[in-house]
Amino acid sequence: MIQLKFDQKVCASCRSADCLLKCQYMTFSGHKEAHGEMMKVMKGKDSRVLTECVTCYACEEYCTRGNHPFYLISEKREEKGMFTAPRPITTQWKNMTQMQGKCLVGNVKDTALSCCYLPELGQLGTGEIFKDVASAGVFGAEFMCPAVHSHFARMSVIKERLPIVIENYRKLGVKEVICMHDECYGTLTSIASAYGMEVPFKPVYYLDFVLQRLKELKDKIKPLGITVAYQRSCSNRLIPDKLPVVKKIFKLIGVKAPKRLYQDENALCCAEILRSVSGYKLADDVQKRNIDDMLAVGAEYCVFNCPACQTSLSEKVVKQGLKPVHIIDLCKMAIGEKEREAVS
Amino acid sequence: MSDIRKSLVDIVGERGVSDAPEELWFYSRDPGVLAPHRPDYVVAPKTTEEVQKIVQLAGRENIPVVPMGNGMSLAGLVIPLKGGIVLDMKRMNKILEVNHMARYVVVEGGTSQGALKAYLQKNHPTLRHSIPDAPSTTTIAANVSLHGQGRLTNQYGFNSDMVTGLEVVLPTGEICRIGSPSIGPYWISKGPTLPDLSGLFLGWLGCTGVITKVGLKLYPNKKIRDAELFVTDRVDLIPHILYKLTHLEMLEDINVWFQPKPLMFMGNYHITVFFTGDTEEEVEFKRKMVWDCLQEYMDSKDGGFMSIQYMKSMLLEMPGRNIADFADVPKGGGFEYSGPIAPIEHFPQYAAKVVELAAKYNVLYASTARLISGGHSMMYSISFAFNRSDTAMMERVEQALTEATAFALDMGGIPWKPNFKEQKMTLEKMEPNARKLLLMIKKNLDPQGIMNPGNWEVNS
Repeated sequence: MIQLKFDQKVCASCRSADCLLKCQYMTFSGHKEAHGEMMKVMKGKDSRVLTECVTCYACEEYCTRGNHPFYLISEKREEKGMFTAPRPITTQWKNMTQMQGKCLVGNVKDTALSCCYLPELGQLGTGEIFKDVASAGVFGAEFMCPAVHSHFARMSVIKERLPIVIENYRKLGVKEVICMHDECYGTLTSIASAYGMEVPFKPVYYLDFVLQRLKELKDKIKPLGITVAYQRSCSNRLIPDKLPVVKKIFKLIGVKAPKRLYQDENALCCAEILRSVSGYKLADDVQKRNIDDMLAVGAEYCVFNCPACQTSLSEKVVKQGLKPVHIIDLCKMAIGEKEREAVS
Repeated sequence: MSDIRKSLVDIVGERGVSDAPEELWFYSRDPGVLAPHRPDYVVAPKTTEEVQKIVQLAGRENIPVVPMGNGMSLAGLVIPLKGGIVLDMKRMNKILEVNHMARYVVVEGGTSQGALKAYLQKNHPTLRHSIPDAPSTTTIAANVSLHGQGRLTNQYGFNSDMVTGLEVVLPTGEICRIGSPSIGPYWISKGPTLPDLSGLFLGWLGCTGVITKVGLKLYPNKKIRDAELFVTDRVDLIPHILYKLTHLEMLEDINVWFQPKPLMFMGNYHITVFFTGDTEEEVEFKRKMVWDCLQEYMDSKDGGFMSIQYMKSMLLEMPGRNIADFADVPKGGGFEYSGPIAPIEHFPQYAAKVVELAAKYNVLYASTARLISGGHSMMYSISFAFNRSDTAMMERVEQALTEATAFALDMGGIPWKPNFKEQKMTLEKMEPNARKLLLMIKKNLDPQGIMNPGNWEVNS
């Protein structure tokens, strides 16, 4: 039986309670209260954390002791039959991502290019940067990382589907899978590890791949000389060690990303999930603060690394005069594959 | 050449008449499940006077005349059940007048929805009409003659309620104006304050005359349109949700739909709410009003708003095209629906019936209901898709639709654009004196019974 590996002793002896004290959507009077609430969660007692958590994933990053507070919160919510978002929305996501044998598999040998269940990723994974792996794309629910169900406190869906996804990759005989979405890489590393699932291939973070390719294509790079604001995705919280890769890419392609109030550990969620979980008031507030902050540093572009964040925020940033762009398209602009004005 | 054909050619010219088998084949059928029936001639007039002469000829020769727009009712309403002349109105497609300040348009009887939409967008961008979710080639006159609905039906009623006057060629050949244009130059009222004669033609499916001109109300065309999509898995809540939404008194359109495919829609009921505004502030205000009025269902986790960024452009299309996608799920591109008008409180029973019928007849369902006049009633579309090359499937769909109409009548609903069989079922249910009144009107207007015979035949 697949179970979350959560070390209660580590949590009980925690002197920081950063998982909750750093939370941007819940406030606590101090260590005593935050730690007390986490203890309640751990012991399966009622806690306001279970009703107030907006599922931003950030506590997975805030906990530096290797425990998994967010997965625990989600497990306990499900145990109690709680719903984060409305029940029909939860059902809809479960249905929508169900495997139906309709996946697409390209010319896969040692390497697969995982496009998850997001068609946009297939379009992004093209051109000079991806020329050696573009034909090795896989797409569909059969290869979709099921991490999204943690937003809906349905870890059972993850536990049921992730082993099948891993097995589907194994059947392809791949040695490595380039994950085009933070959520996929986070699932195959953080979640799989937290639940003791063995991954019989090497997950490769797509921005690591992109960075390497850009180094190889250095001669083609014309520094963009633009100022951007980076929208960090929720699933990047599962793999915080990968955050510096973005900065390295920006440096390589001549992009300036001035320091913002809401960046790195303090980044704000794109808020799409907040709209489902908490309603429009919190979502609107978060999005407004986020975009105002982007404008305050003089950004011209809002750079995404997640198609879901991009869908959620694009219209709003455009209305404020910012240009939304996926980080891969930004790289394609730098090597002359994409016109600046073609980005939308 | 037969005498009738020659007479028709004399009226409209050689290019306006056909009795070629390959053309009659098309005019024998519509995209629904009813069996085809061949006309003898297809005639395409260009003027009211030509229509008049054709109707007079038909009267003299005692042959049927079936006025036709684009033939897309799906209910076989212009299948020439008793042969005769199909009067294809599409060449009468002029937009005759737009009174900008009084917000109405006068069009010829074959003008299409798409032509009017394009004309208004180009010449009167602040005005719009109530566009039905039918192909753009469907006509305005046909739509009002079957009491069609459109994007503004929640706000302003059936599209036939928006008529501001008619010009009609009576079955006896007289040209008659109805409403304010019978008194003066303005097409501002189809009836009030006069005795409302428009009811002699609206809803009659061409059985009492040929509509050659229509005056139609136009409405403000706001700069921005937007939508929200509320989802619940509790069918019993739908009437209450609709009641709350209509209480806002600010929504352009409200549709309720459910379908088993694709999987993401399975098990839930979806309410698409459309709203408009001239500024971002106006739109955001309305959006917040919509969210706030349904907050209690979000708090109880019984319902919530779905993220629709990726599908918004599809939702905002006018006319909507998603029904065409549905028609092709079983391949073969066919669908037909029963569309009874009923109180919103009956939604749960209708929803259950759709699912029951689909299972009983082994057909694929989709249901889309539209609110009418702020919730006084709603149109329940009980839709089934079929493969046009699968006659057994088409028969099962026909049986399911007949049963749906029987159910609707038992529930006190009114069939919308009933086919000739459903018309008979409706007449049987109708109070005898009302039926007698219909018969009296039909006999007086069309004493020879030449207009679209087989439809609304009270005495049969």
